[in-house]
Amino acid sequence: MDSASWFSLRLSLQVASLATALILVFGVAMAYLLAMKSFRGKEVLDMLFTLPLVLPPTVTGYYLIVLFGRKGLIGRPLFEATGWSFMFTWQAAVLASFVVALPLMIKTARAAIESVDRDLVMASYTLGHSGFTTAVRVIFPLAGKGIMAGTVLSFARAMGEFGATLMLAGNIPGKTDTMPLAIYSLANSGEWSKAHVLVAAFTLISGMFLYIANRFGRRTA
Amino acid sequence: MALQLSLIKDLGRFRLDVSWQVGNELAVLFGYSGAGKSVTFQMIAGLMEPEEGRVSLDDTIFFDSAAAINLAPQRRMLGYVFQDLALFPHMTIRQNILYGGHGLSKSEKEDMAGGMLKRFGISDLADRPPSRISGGQKQRVALARTLMRRPRALLLDEPFSALDTPTRQEMGRLLKEIQREYNIPVILITHDLQEACGLADRMIVYADGKAIRSGRPDELIPFPARNEAEALVRQDRKPAFAACPGSSLC
Repeated sequence: MDSASWFSLRLSLQVASLATALILVFGVAMAYLLAMKSFRGKEVLDMLFTLPLVLPPTVTGYYLIVLFGRKGLIGRPLFEATGWSFMFTWQAAVLASFVVALPLMIKTARAAIESVDRDLVMASYTLGHSGFTTAVRVIFPLAGKGIMAGTVLSFARAMGEFGATLMLAGNIPGKTDTMPLAIYSLANSGEWSKAHVLVAAFTLISGMFLYIANRFGRRTA
Repeated sequence: MALQLSLIKDLGRFRLDVSWQVGNELAVLFGYSGAGKSVTFQMIAGLMEPEEGRVSLDDTIFFDSAAAINLAPQRRMLGYVFQDLALFPHMTIRQNILYGGHGLSKSEKEDMAGGMLKRFGISDLADRPPSRISGGQKQRVALARTLMRRPRALLLDEPFSALDTPTRQEMGRLLKEIQREYNIPVILITHDLQEACGLADRMIVYADGKAIRSGRPDELIPFPARNEAEALVRQDRKPAFAACPGSSLC
């Protein structure tokens, strides 16, 4: 592999790792809320966070531009305050991967948390432990395999993110060209031998992650 | 009287409307499955909110719909033994028991847990997971864990239903011992009349979402207040007689 390919691989791993770390924190918290609490608009919230799973990534990307673009709802105040914008940065690739892969974590972790025996949760409460302690010491350990499976799936999805990333981060060689984007460019310009290597590397990595996710998933069931 | 309650809650199938009180004694909630006994426990413990009513233990008000008081389950200081015991499967026996010592320092917890393990004869099992001990041993762990909470009352939801008869009798004796030792209200749900009669200082009979009778077992058994209760009692009156040998009525 040449240096450009190595850059793409490294960037993909960096983007996917960071997105997954954010997903782990935010996704598990959201899954806990959706599984354990009842509040108005709960299912609407679930739907909103699940939408990126079914929307074309270009549509998700479009929404992200509307929100985080230089003139976006969040992007404009951010730009005015700091002079920095998400658009066409590698951080934009993290944001796109985060949004697109998040539903995989929320779905998997919510199901795992809901499958924890309610009596165990109640027992922890009657033994004097707060909701937070109960979550950390009882619910998350028992839902741990589901959460691990969600993490691995999210990572694999974040690695493969293309459409929303292209819209938000662009395809700038040496800056925002993650592996899927690099492969697209190589195929477009007919550099097949380089493309073969990247495609093979990508398939291998993704396959490995799916294998790990399945193993965790099986042990949960 | 120590534990006093009056509760109203629409449960869909029927309306639960009960009021009773229990002192520092071993009381048995007795009645058909689905008569509202477990739900009553959940409302005492704060795991479910009644529509109306009041629950108090000595001078602490747990719940009062009129005064808008509703103490969180964490603050009610009750020992609750669930029907399936609810031992944490990812913790060892010792860790399960230590988990009950909320609010104690680490060394106090260790000391108390060591005492509990000895008291219940389960020291040898301390490092096993709950899946690798017997039903009777699980009961002991659940009791030990809940006593670590320093409870002001004990609620036990059919804890012995999965046990064989000798173990059941042994656990009954142990429970009675604990009640005498801690001198707190201990309330047990069962639909086994023999067990109820053998253990209870007070028996509270549930039918159709109401607590229809409350009193000593030997007062209640010959004089069921309603047909449902009579049917319940009649179906195994003989064992009940045998279970209360000291009573002139049994």
